[in-house]
Amino acid sequence: MTTNVKTDLENKGRSRLTVGQKPRWTWAACLAGSAVVAAAVLALIGFNVAGWAVLTAVLYVASMYVSTVVLENRRKATNGLWTNLVFGAFVIALLPLVSVLWTVLSIGLPGLLAPGFLASDMLGITGAVDQQSVNEGTSVLGGVAHALVGSLLITIGATVISVPIGLLTSIYLVEYSRGGFFSKAITFFVDVMTGIPSIVAGLFAAGLMMTLVGPGTNVMGFSAVLALSVLMIPVVVRSTEEMLRVVPNELREASYALGVRKWRTILRVVIPTSISGIASGVTLAIARVIGETAPILVTAGVAIQTNWNLFQDWMMSLPVYIYRQMMFPTAPSAPDASEQRAWAAALVLIIIVMLLNLLARFIAKAFAPKKSGR
Amino acid sequence: MSKRIDAIDLNVYYGKFRAVADVDITIEPKSVTAFIGPSGCGKTTFLRTLNRMHEVLPGAHVEGKLLLDGDDIYAPGVDPVAVRSNVGMVFQRPNPFPTMTIRENVLAGLKLNGQRISKGDADAVVEKSLRGANLWQEVKDRLEKPGSGLSGGQQQRLCIARTIAVEPEVILMDEPCSALDPISTLAVEDLISELKEQYTVVIVTHNMQQAARVSDKTAFFNIAGTGKPGKLIEYAETSQIFNNPQEKSTEDYVSGRFG
Ligand SMILES: Nc1ncnc2c1ncn2[C@@H]1O[C@H](COP(=O)(O)OP(=O)(O)OP(=O)(O)O)[C@@H](O)[C@H]1O
Ligand SMILES: [Mg+2]
Repeated sequence: MTTNVKTDLENKGRSRLTVGQKPRWTWAACLAGSAVVAAAVLALIGFNVAGWAVLTAVLYVASMYVSTVVLENRRKATNGLWTNLVFGAFVIALLPLVSVLWTVLSIGLPGLLAPGFLASDMLGITGAVDQQSVNEGTSVLGGVAHALVGSLLITIGATVISVPIGLLTSIYLVEYSRGGFFSKAITFFVDVMTGIPSIVAGLFAAGLMMTLVGPGTNVMGFSAVLALSVLMIPVVVRSTEEMLRVVPNELREASYALGVRKWRTILRVVIPTSISGIASGVTLAIARVIGETAPILVTAGVAIQTNWNLFQDWMMSLPVYIYRQMMFPTAPSAPDASEQRAWAAALVLIIIVMLLNLLARFIAKAFAPKKSGR
Repeated sequence: MSKRIDAIDLNVYYGKFRAVADVDITIEPKSVTAFIGPSGCGKTTFLRTLNRMHEVLPGAHVEGKLLLDGDDIYAPGVDPVAVRSNVGMVFQRPNPFPTMTIRENVLAGLKLNGQRISKGDADAVVEKSLRGANLWQEVKDRLEKPGSGLSGGQQQRLCIARTIAVEPEVILMDEPCSALDPISTLAVEDLISELKEQYTVVIVTHNMQQAARVSDKTAFFNIAGTGKPGKLIEYAETSQIFNNPQEKSTEDYVSGRFG
């Protein structure tokens, strides 16, 4: 290259390394062009926003590919094409999540803000009451207090049962079993349990309690606790097992070499090292089962008043509440009131699940081993 | 405070595979003994039998006698945990407990065993052990910081401090300097020379100069070929191993004419 060329490039504000690149504004041009063309095409067959967005995206990816091939080379064009496709897949994966959140939030919020929604149950809320509030346009009465109490009690119960069992099982699998028949059998059954349809777990729990306490009285919160435990234990075993396995063997050996017994090593070295992963796994397992509907419906039944006793009487829960309000409105001739309550309850459920997820992240951060601290 | 070790006809197995065969060796108290030999000849394996760490691996077992001041540590009914609190071990890669501070790491052997000690006693143990490991000056102002925040060499000395805090009789070290820079290596070597005033020290090393510098006696292990067990070829005063070895293979190995 001669000095001349270099000066020429410098005049354009470029270096030799960036020569032969397409102008920076190519993407904007492609996007604008795609949008215009898509709008024009859709104008012929009837315009709609969703179709326009999709068509614009497709045209944009195609035109970027073509213009890069022309202005640069095929390798860079292919690279750009895949980048765009990966990004597109990300957006598509995000769409359902965002739209679910938006729908539930926009429809559920008025119901959630209705006075007394979180504090009252459905006792005394008859069809006539709903009919009246819909007719007169007053705020909808009744709430989710009983379902909230039920969901929380049942989930806490299931957690109290599943976490110790799941934790001890995974400790056995990772720390004590030496890959023998017994541990292979446990792993196999845990895998099978992970795949059990939740309604089957519900029927199992209902059936078990029926043989234990007899028909009729077997419908109670505790039956639902058992059903959810059946669903939760394999999840806890699996996630805890994974967390225990990533604890380096060196730490166990370091502890043994200090003359520490095995159970103390597990309790004081292995578990503290992996506690953040274990705790967030457990939290996610809770978030997973709190939304179960079928197994709770067949074990705890439905109720309209708050029941604090897991061992007696039917108990309402949030998912079942939503299901009942949607499918069997309190006032069949004025279902709006029930629908509003159902959406508000759905919002409450989503908020709880989100809080649990946030809690899991917080726990993972708070307990994570401190890596540095100079 | 330090004990003598006698291995009598010791064979070490991984499942069916015999990794080390027929070792007879006597390690004197208050001395530094170096194990040298080519990779895979069973130095680590043999070292780990000295505090019954070998058997924590599935299928691993030992045949023969290993006497610690005359008591067979492989006799039936001997509690491996009791052996390990008498025979401490420092590993090749520094492995401080990541959940613990520097101070807690030093006290780990006591705390993990559930011993209750007063804060004053604990402070004394921490200072004594860290001074013993030549680390006190560097960390005395940051005892409450995580142990994993130290440099590699400092971490290794922290692991040594952790080991001497439980006051064992014997300290085993498996290539303690292989991950360290020359200055940290020197610090650890100085430390080893000090440790032998009180403890029986056994060190595995690939570094001939290191073996020559720190050890009183040297054991040369060798292996006849892959799949064959490693054997103790020659065991003598370090000066003799390096200057006047009796075996041809020892001479080849220490003079770098190996293989
Ligand atoms: N966990 C194990 N399971 C089965 N065989 C093993 C295991 N660890 C080591 N061995 C085998 O035992 C023999 C001795 O290994 P060892 O680790 O004691 O060698 P080494 O002398 O320490 O080598 P290096 O100098 O490379 O550390 C080797 O053949 C090795 O393959
Ligand atoms: Mg080794």
